Amino acid sequence: MVKKLVSLNNIVFKYEGQSRNALDDVSFDIHQGEWLAIVGHNGSGKSTLAKLLNGLQFANSGTITINDQLLTEESVWDVRQKIGMVFQNPDNQFVGTTVQDDVAFGLENAGVSQQVMVERVHGALNKVKMNAFLNQEPHHLSGGQKQRVAIAGVIALQPDIIILDEATSMLDPRGREEVLETVRELKQENEITVISITHDLEEAAKADRMIVMNQGRLYREGSPQDIFELEEELIALGLDIPFSVKLTKELQKNGVRVVDGHLTEEELVKDLCELHSMM
Amino acid sequence: MLDKMIIGRYVPANSLMHKMDPRAKLLLVFLFVCVVFLANNVVSYGLLAVFTILLISLSKIPLRYLYNGLKPIFFLIVFTFLLHILFTKEGELLFEYGWFEIYEGGLIQGFFISIRFTLLILVTSLLTLTTSPISITDGMEELLGPLKKWKMPVHELALMMSIALRFIPTLMEETEKIMKAQTARGVDFSSGPIKDRVKSIVPLLVPLFVSSFKRAEELATAMESRGYRGGEGRTKYRQLNWKTSDSLLMVSIGVLTVMLFLLRS
Amino acid sequence: MRITLDDVEYRYQVNTPFEHLALHDVNISMEPGTYTAIIGHTGSGKSTLLQHLNALLKPTKGRVFIGDRTIEAGRKEKALRPIRQKVGIVFQFPEHQLFDETVEKDICFGPMNFGVSEIDAKKMARKAIAQVGLNEEVLEKSPFDLSGGQMRRVAIAGVLAMEPEVLVLDEPTAGLDPRGRKEIMDMFYDLHKARGISTILVTHSMEDAAKYADDIIIMHKGTVFKKGTPQEIFSEPEQLMELGLDVPDTVRFQLKLQKELGVRFDHPCLNIGDLAIEIDKAMKRGNR
Repeated sequence: MVKKLVSLNNIVFKYEGQSRNALDDVSFDIHQGEWLAIVGHNGSGKSTLAKLLNGLQFANSGTITINDQLLTEESVWDVRQKIGMVFQNPDNQFVGTTVQDDVAFGLENAGVSQQVMVERVHGALNKVKMNAFLNQEPHHLSGGQKQRVAIAGVIALQPDIIILDEATSMLDPRGREEVLETVRELKQENEITVISITHDLEEAAKADRMIVMNQGRLYREGSPQDIFELEEELIALGLDIPFSVKLTKELQKNGVRVVDGHLTEEELVKDLCELHSMM
Repeated sequence: MLDKMIIGRYVPANSLMHKMDPRAKLLLVFLFVCVVFLANNVVSYGLLAVFTILLISLSKIPLRYLYNGLKPIFFLIVFTFLLHILFTKEGELLFEYGWFEIYEGGLIQGFFISIRFTLLILVTSLLTLTTSPISITDGMEELLGPLKKWKMPVHELALMMSIALRFIPTLMEETEKIMKAQTARGVDFSSGPIKDRVKSIVPLLVPLFVSSFKRAEELATAMESRGYRGGEGRTKYRQLNWKTSDSLLMVSIGVLTVMLFLLRS
Repeated sequence: MRITLDDVEYRYQVNTPFEHLALHDVNISMEPGTYTAIIGHTGSGKSTLLQHLNALLKPTKGRVFIGDRTIEAGRKEKALRPIRQKVGIVFQFPEHQLFDETVEKDICFGPMNFGVSEIDAKKMARKAIAQVGLNEEVLEKSPFDLSGGQMRRVAIAGVLAMEPEVLVLDEPTAGLDPRGRKEIMDMFYDLHKARGISTILVTHSMEDAAKYADDIIIMHKGTVFKKGTPQEIFSEPEQLMELGLDVPDTVRFQLKLQKELGVRFDHPCLNIGDLAIEIDKAMKRGNR
């Protein structure tokens, strides 16, 4: 059985001065080594979840355990070493004056010795393919490059979990692909657990598991297959469904007998090929 | 005019001065500012000038660049010169026209003060021209380190400075964007009566403040999530490296001080 | 109002070591009442191009015709305000330009800069806030108390209230969730249809370009790579993919099917319904 890495139990959270709970009785587990996509419309509570996981906010009630350790105000600094976060705005998380300074920032905070730091900074930048930009200043980098530097800053600390908090939403298509590709490679090489908070449904379709948030509540949890079967329900929640699912439906309407549950275009093409050869 | 100012500008190059430890350069400037006041005759001023020229030649900064940079401050130098001519009434009277009198003392004083002023500016700009702002910050943090004992927030100040440096280009870009957006909504930033122009600053400043606060908040969150909890127990990635040449630089300013003491009258 | 760019070139920071050619040999024309999409990578010159549409930038070579005005390289231009009123630009993340105490005052800001009286401006604000799908109660609120999506709409209302003849949109849906994106894009399309506003959309989204635009202009390395109707542009998808640009999902899927199945399509499909029908036909053809 896969190991439970994080578990949230009956989390309730309310922002000060607001009447509605931002998170209302939310419970779920995150397994080691999985890619979990948390989707939901703006204001559904998905970003609040990320903040709670990293101890940037604390729940009004309910508990979070990470690697069998209860997340409290005392344990928060240990937890932050295990969970790295990449935020939405590439500019507002770049602390250092140059690429290498920025990657080193987290290591400096952790009190890592200088020799080890140099090694880790270079290693991390190699992994995100930004090693050619060591001394570059942030305003000369593209959004995608800045996000890759942010990822390097996270993995330099060798965390168990990396949270992408809408990390690709401000990027152009090229930057988005760059960043996702980087994370995918990292996940394969290092067995990192990825929690991606997103409203990019094409990205979510490639996740191992999905959680749909709606108005602060956990609306549905399951594999992308299960989730995208909801179709109209998802659209009513302000979300979308991947192209291949939409096309499958449309084909069925026209009497083409493709089967349900194609999350990628490749699968659908394969299905169509089989149908074609049978004709 | 602004892009001609050299004070506070860094020109990357690979000279001896560039490679010096920022601490050495900061100390040098500090000591130079002190010893400049020791000079009081032609020989001692001459010595200071030679020393400055030596430093400049070690920096490989093009002379024309330095000259262009000094231009905007020329009027200040001339102004000090004139002040001294007008108000120092010592020594022999050289020239007289009604109430207007020039004394030898005034002339000499004015001349010396102008030289002193020029030298000070040259040496300080040499520091900023050859040292990146972030190195200066590192150097300051190290030099002021001992003050931590008296609860001076040295680390915090240095971090503040480095973040400010990091965000200057970002905020410049942002300013330009907002200006364009407001221009498209009919604001005229560049012409019209002064009153209108002052008023047009509000639609620029408010969004700039709002976004800066938002940035600050997000940055603080990002820093916290990356484990930042103050200077305690923090290691440093950038290491300063005191070399023999840095010690030599210190020796040279020591020698200069001694010589100035001997040469002054 | 017609906007035409004639042999336009633009260089940033001329006569400095940082001089940089951002646009060259741009010849395009946007006809009154049409919907044009401008597509290209970051750095392809499309944002520089956009700023020529209301004379925020003046070409360093060539001419720009905006209605009856001509903006020419090397000539001093005065009284640009009328141009700015006729060509409204919604910049990327427009909520960053909000500044006034109330939403109403902020929306009135544009019209009043163009000499509209306060009473009329308020009427325009009322109309604009309805157009962007917000309640009139919002007018009394501070723009900074609104949600991100609402702020975006208020900022758009601020441009609509200027009652421009041409509306330029720079990635107007960046950062929004799928529903917000669709609502905003549909709103602009409805305005375009109902009031005949010429619309110029600068975007990365091929889906939006294919769905809404009459004409598409592809920018690449500072100049026009290709222009035409969506059908023309997407009939050679490989060409775009070579530039590293996306093509609409439907077109990409057609391409995959052509490769894997060897079926032929006689035209690029720009929406899913059409694609499904064409696939059905193609499969039946294959059967024969």
